[in-house]
Amino acid sequence: MTDHPLNIAEPGIGPIDSDMIIIGAGPVGLFAVFEAGLLDMRCHLIDALDRPGGQCAELYPEKPIYDIPGIPVCTGQELTDGLLRQIAPFDPIFHFNQQAQQLEKIEQGWRLTTSEGTVLQSKNIVIAAGGGSFVPKKLPMQNAAAFENKSIFYAVRQISAFAGKRVIITGGGDSALDWALNLQPIAEHVTLIHRRDQFRAAPDSVAKIHGLIEAGKMDLIIGQINTIYGQDGKINAVGIKKTDRSEIQLQGNALLVFYGLTMKLGPIADWGLNLHENLIAVDTEKFETNETGIFAIGDICTYPGKMKLILSGFHEATLMCQQAYHYAFPDRKLIFRYTTSSSALHEKLGV
Amino acid sequence: MGTIKVTDLEGNTHEIQATEGLSIMENIYDAKIPIKAACFGCCSCSTCHVYIDEAWIKETGQPSEEEEDILDMVVDLKENSRLSCQITYNDALDGIHVTLSEDTKTD
Ligand SMILES: Cc1cc2nc3c(=O)[nH]c(=O)nc-3n(C[C@H](O)[C@H](O)[C@H](O)COP(=O)(O)OP(=O)(O)OC[C@H]3O[C@@H](n4cnc5c(N)ncnc54)[C@H](O)[C@@H]3O)c2cc1C
Ligand code: FES
Repeated sequence: MTDHPLNIAEPGIGPIDSDMIIIGAGPVGLFAVFEAGLLDMRCHLIDALDRPGGQCAELYPEKPIYDIPGIPVCTGQELTDGLLRQIAPFDPIFHFNQQAQQLEKIEQGWRLTTSEGTVLQSKNIVIAAGGGSFVPKKLPMQNAAAFENKSIFYAVRQISAFAGKRVIITGGGDSALDWALNLQPIAEHVTLIHRRDQFRAAPDSVAKIHGLIEAGKMDLIIGQINTIYGQDGKINAVGIKKTDRSEIQLQGNALLVFYGLTMKLGPIADWGLNLHENLIAVDTEKFETNETGIFAIGDICTYPGKMKLILSGFHEATLMCQQAYHYAFPDRKLIFRYTTSSSALHEKLGV
Repeated sequence: MGTIKVTDLEGNTHEIQATEGLSIMENIYDAKIPIKAACFGCCSCSTCHVYIDEAWIKETGQPSEEEEDILDMVVDLKENSRLSCQITYNDALDGIHVTLSEDTKTD
């Protein structure tokens, strides 16, 4: 990652005032911190993920990008790391693992509350939510929702909750394997269910899993869960369809599901903003929405000719900051400067 | 030019004009049938997941190892599940019928 540790806030704090609240720590939200920083605006960033980078970090950390001006090739993770280095002088505050949920108008601007109860206030709300908030994919069975967070989980919050349980884990990636390995010592029993006998996970974890299976300390079933049995929020078994189409039942009292993440617009859809097919309509001068002080930049915004490219998002972030400056500092005059020669900017950048 | 039959999430079947050389996902997208396709063909997201009509499975070939990795993340996987961005449309697929999965929902 970067040489500079990120400034990560505890969940549930606030109210905190700042010059700009950015929803989404994808590449565009990160670059907005830079442009805001040059204009003396301090930013808070909120992301549902546990780390910065948005799609670049979650969907394609190792795939190449060839159309960032001046960078002939870099991976999604390299771009993220570069942006983090670039914005380090402005030391933004990150609020990870939480969703921006509620937005209300207050006298001094806007008050935003997250799913973890963090409260942030600012005159400038910047929605850089990309394709939406990354949330876990859920089981398709109709009755699965009734068990959610009671005996079916899409993330682990407290390991101790699984002590002595018969745990069933489904998925074939790093999360599924890591939790199978972590819970195996404390659970009564762990069964891993995956649709094929290959895992897309760290070779070391795969080796450890095979070791436990051979030692009879963990079971692996190749197949797919298609039924949930239980009542009052407590599962007692799952139905599994195996590759040979036979069906079996497996007893268990906790089910962990790791099918990866998907993007959903979520609560932002209810904030009274003009939407076109789940994208937020903005002007192309300030990238402001129909509400004063609420901006949208990057993949989430739409205007005639919009392209979902990182470089377009960088431009949008830059122009947005010009207007946000006037809301943050109504009495100050904005003076245009280049980073090359301005000593004032050099001071801010610490160069 | 040929056609692709696409059954959407409401169960309506559309017959769309298909362009050779484009993927099935791109053809569906061009025909303005809602399909999320978040990574637009980079084989990274599974939001172009479709079910291939049984009669056409042979014609579409086997998924690559990279596609299998992404199919791991599909919640309602069936034997005829494929990523529509990983199948290039050609003459041999004229008339193919695919059904959009829940993963393709645009929100
Ligand atoms: C495989 C792949 C390859 C690509 N290749 C290229 C390329 O070569 N060149 C190019 O220019 N573009 C490429 N793109 C597109 C590029 O990644 C996007 O344009 C870019 O990520 C958009 O950045 P963003 O910051 O707007 O949003 P995102 O990267 O989508 O980040 C948005 C963030 O906001 C968070 N969020 C959303 N709503 C909330 C909420 N309510 N609360 C909390 N957090 C929230 C999300 O969790 C997410 O982390 C590619 C995309 C993919 C998937
Ligand atoms: S469009 Fe993302 S995997 Fe096909």
